[in-house]
Parts: sequence; C-alpha cells; structure tokens
Amino acid sequence: MRPASPLRRILPPIVAVALFFLAWEVGCLVLGVDEFILPRPSVAVAAYFQWQAAIWPNALQTLFTTLVGLALAIVTGTLIGALIGYSALLYDALYPLLIAFNSIPKAALVPVFVIWFGIGTLPAILIAFLISFFPIAVNVATGIATVEPELRDVLRSLGASKFDLFIKVGFPRAMPYFFASLKVAVTLAFVGSVVAELGASNRGIGNMMVIASSRFDVPLVFAGLIVVALMGIALYAAFALLERRIVNWAYR
Amino acid sequence: MAASVPCVALRDVSLIYYGDDGREVHALEGVSLSIAQGEFVAIAGPSGCGKTTILKLVSGLMPATRGQVLIDGAPVCGPQKNVGMAFQNPTLLPWRSALENVLLPLEVVEPHRRQFRHKRREYEARAHELLRLVGLDGFAHKPPYQLSGGMQQRVSLCRALIHEPEILLLDEPFAALDAFTREELWGVLQSLWQARRCTVILVTHDLREAVFLATTVYVMSKRPGRLVHATHVDLPRPRTAEHMFEPRFNDYVHDIYTRIGEVRA
Ligand SMILES: Nc1ncnc2c1ncn2[C@@H]1O[C@H](COP(=O)(O)OP(=O)(O)OP(=O)(O)O)[C@@H](O)[C@H]1O
Ligand SMILES: [Mg+2]
Repeated sequence: MRPASPLRRILPPIVAVALFFLAWEVGCLVLGVDEFILPRPSVAVAAYFQWQAAIWPNALQTLFTTLVGLALAIVTGTLIGALIGYSALLYDALYPLLIAFNSIPKAALVPVFVIWFGIGTLPAILIAFLISFFPIAVNVATGIATVEPELRDVLRSLGASKFDLFIKVGFPRAMPYFFASLKVAVTLAFVGSVVAELGASNRGIGNMMVIASSRFDVPLVFAGLIVVALMGIALYAAFALLERRIVNWAYR
Repeated sequence: MAASVPCVALRDVSLIYYGDDGREVHALEGVSLSIAQGEFVAIAGPSGCGKTTILKLVSGLMPATRGQVLIDGAPVCGPQKNVGMAFQNPTLLPWRSALENVLLPLEVVEPHRRQFRHKRREYEARAHELLRLVGLDGFAHKPPYQLSGGMQQRVSLCRALIHEPEILLLDEPFAALDAFTREELWGVLQSLWQARRCTVILVTHDLREAVFLATTVYVMSKRPGRLVHATHVDLPRPRTAEHMFEPRFNDYVHDIYTRIGEVRA
C-alpha cells in the first residue's frame, strides 16, 4: 500500500474548515442574525485584528496555564497510571477515589481555589491539571495492566520480576494509550484554564471574554473563542506528530 | 548426571484450580510421566483436559496441588530458568525488531542478564545464527508487523531457544498456521531439536504433527486429565514429508486417533 500523499492528508481538513466558516457566514447573512447574538466569522476576524495587541498577551497567558497544567497532569497521570496498572492492590484502593475526584465538576472548584489561592494564574493551572490528568492515568494503567498472559508466562518462567515485566513490556506497551489520552487531555486542559479564567483571573483569554461580554462586544468574545480553538488544534497536531514519531510501531 | 535420572518427571501429580466462584476444577488427576533427556514428547487429548496445565507445572509457573514435579531429579519450586516456551500466539513485542525480540530472554534471565551489556555482540551473533536456522536471515531488523504469521512463529521459537534451555515447552505452536507453513515448520523444529538435543514437550491437536515430530506421543483423558496411552514412534530421522505418505506413518496416526476416540466417547 502506498502512503497517502501530503495533499490528500492536508487538503480535506482545510476544505472542511473553510466550508464550516462559509456556512456560518452565509447562514448569518441570509437569516439576518444580529451581530449581537451571533457575529459572522468575518466580523469576529475583524474584531481580532482590531484587538490583536490585547488578544495576544491573553492568549499566551492561557497557553501558558494550559501547558503548565498539562505538564503536571502528564507527570502525575503517568505516575498514578503506572502505579495502579502495576499493582492490583493499589488499583483496587485508588480507583474509587480517582472516579470520585473526576466526577466533581471542575468549574465548581474555581471559587474554592479562589478562596485558597486568590485570583490569578494558580487556580487556572490547577483546574487545567485536574481536568486533564484523569484520562492520562486511566489510559496508562490500562496499557500496563493488559499485558498478554502468554507473554507474562514466557518472562515469568525465566525468573522475570514484576518490575522487569513492567519495564520491558508494560510501560512501552502503554505508550500508544498514553498518546491517545494526551490528545484528549490537551483539549480538556484548554477547557480547564479558560473556565478558570472566566471567574478567577485578571488575565487570559477567559478573562478577556468576560470583559468583552460585559461591554456587549460579542465579536471580540468570538474572536477569543476562535483563538482558543486554533491553539487547541495546534497543540493537538504537535502531539499527534510526536505520537507518530515515538510509537510508529502502533500504526501499521 | 546419571543416565537413569529422567529430565522431566511427574509423580502422581494432581492439580486443582480454584475458580473465581470458589468452585474446584480438577484439571489433572494422578499424572505420572517420565521424559528422558533429549526426548521429544507430544501430548494430545481433548480440549480442556489439562495439557497447558502440565506445561505450566513443568515450567514452575504454578505448584502442583498433590504429587511431585521433578527436573533432573530435583523438585520444581518456582520458575525454571532452563525452560523455553512458545505458544499458539507468537506474542512478539511490536516495538522491537525480530532480533531484539529474540534477545529479550537474555535481558531477563540470569546469568545473561548481568552480562548483557558487554556481551551484546556475542548474543546478537547467537540470535542471528538461530534466525538463520529457522530461515529468517535478512529479516532480523524487521518489526513483527512486517512478518507473516509463520515468520512470527519462527521468531517466537528462536526466542524460546536463545538462552539454550534444557527443556522446550510448546503449546500448540503451529495451530494458527496454514497447512503448508505448518508442515514446513515441523521440519524447522525437528532440525532445531536435532541440533540442540534439548528435551521437548509439544502440546498439539494435530496427530500427524505429533507422529511426525515426537519420539513418544501421550494421549490424555477428558478432565480430570490422566495419561491413558503412550505410543513410541519408531520412525527414522530426519523425518521428511515423504515419510508422511508411508503406511507405517499412517498406522501410527490411525492408532492414536482410535485411542483419542475411545477417550472422548
Ligand atoms: N486459571 C484457571 N482457573 C480455573 N480453571 C482453569 C484455569 N486454567 C485452566 N482451568 C481449567 O482447567 C482445565 C484444564 O485447562 P488447560 O488449559 O490445561 O486445558 P488444555 O488441555 O490446554 O485445553 P485446550 O486444548 O483447549 O488448550 C480446563 O477445564 C480449564 O477450564
Ligand atoms: Mg491449552
């Protein structure tokens, strides 16, 4: 089989995005939707260029909180995933706790964090971390815990310890699961930091959107949304690329 | 070592599994078996009669409920490092090349594990030699997904032999292959065995495979498994595809077939 040509891979998503914005634009024009309700994309883009200088520092702030939160999530998620994948005892002990934590709506934690840490960057980082660490932990644990029994027997009969199995088989085996979860986690992390910025920060895209909407500047709100979406896509693509390079054996 | 000490001996071995619901499954009941050094034994029997269980007992993966399992006269307790195993599913690590898969046991088993770093050259040469024996020279650096099922199974055989085990345990290793590949691998296994002179226990459902390869074919009863019949296969070596068309070969197959029919009835 020949690999698909670059054009075949790049063109379809671009066309899909273009069609989406076209439909949005035309739809608003035809239906005569008020800019105050749903601005056309061209209006949002115009707002972007008008406020560019104000948008960028905020976008970078959001990107920063997201990446720090995600980095924390990767470290803790991999660690906890490895622990509960490695030991059935720890799995049984910790799983209910993890589920409980994950069931808490993260937005409800924002005011709590404001009380603890005040308004600022920290609550956004923590929310981004909390929202994105669960899928990483669960996926890593699954990859480690589902080693084929025959392979386990082959190695155990040679005197391999549980730790050997973990290093030689479990952990490398979990890598595709890890990257799959990373792509989910990065988008969740954006959700987390923007949600936190809405109420608990004086910086960031979320904060900018709150200010814009209080001034009824809906096109600027949408410009913010589009910027967040673009950053999400960029990070997703970066991780997908990394995935292809590191676990190419999982894609045949 | 005295010639009279069998390589593998099971003395009145029983094994009971305790299922999740606490029910007892009597997998083996009073199995006695003695396998000489360098012998090639095949075990056939109805599904679920405890063939895989015997292999797990010999490899030391689990203890017998009653009776004794001895290797070279010493009771088996815990994993036996001088066994190699291969299964129906080749279970290669997809992120490693064929060569690296073959080397895996040496990274785990003592004393090779300690020496692995500075003896890597020597070990790789050994792995290349094995791959050559099974007809895979030129494929050493290919990842498993670029190998056919039969080639993967050859790699799996090499992995089972790389640490030069005294005993080779094979659990239906060729069951998932097409007839041509399977019969080709019988020849490969026979020459590996003749070159290494290790003791082999082969579990199989294919009676022609059993007769082609084994010096002795055992037939097991339904669960709880007991050994009910042993056939010594007195055919010259190396056996070839031609031998399979001889009446003597088919007499053996027919005889064992009949025994299994009696067991299943
Ligand atoms: N871990 C286990 N827990 C409970 N029962 C088990 C377990 N492993 C095997 N058994 C039971 O023990 C019996 C013997 O199992 P075994 O795997 O040795 O059979 P087998 O002869 O290899 O069968 P097959 O030819 O189908 O591979 C079976 O009836 C099986 O259901
Ligand atoms: Mg079996």
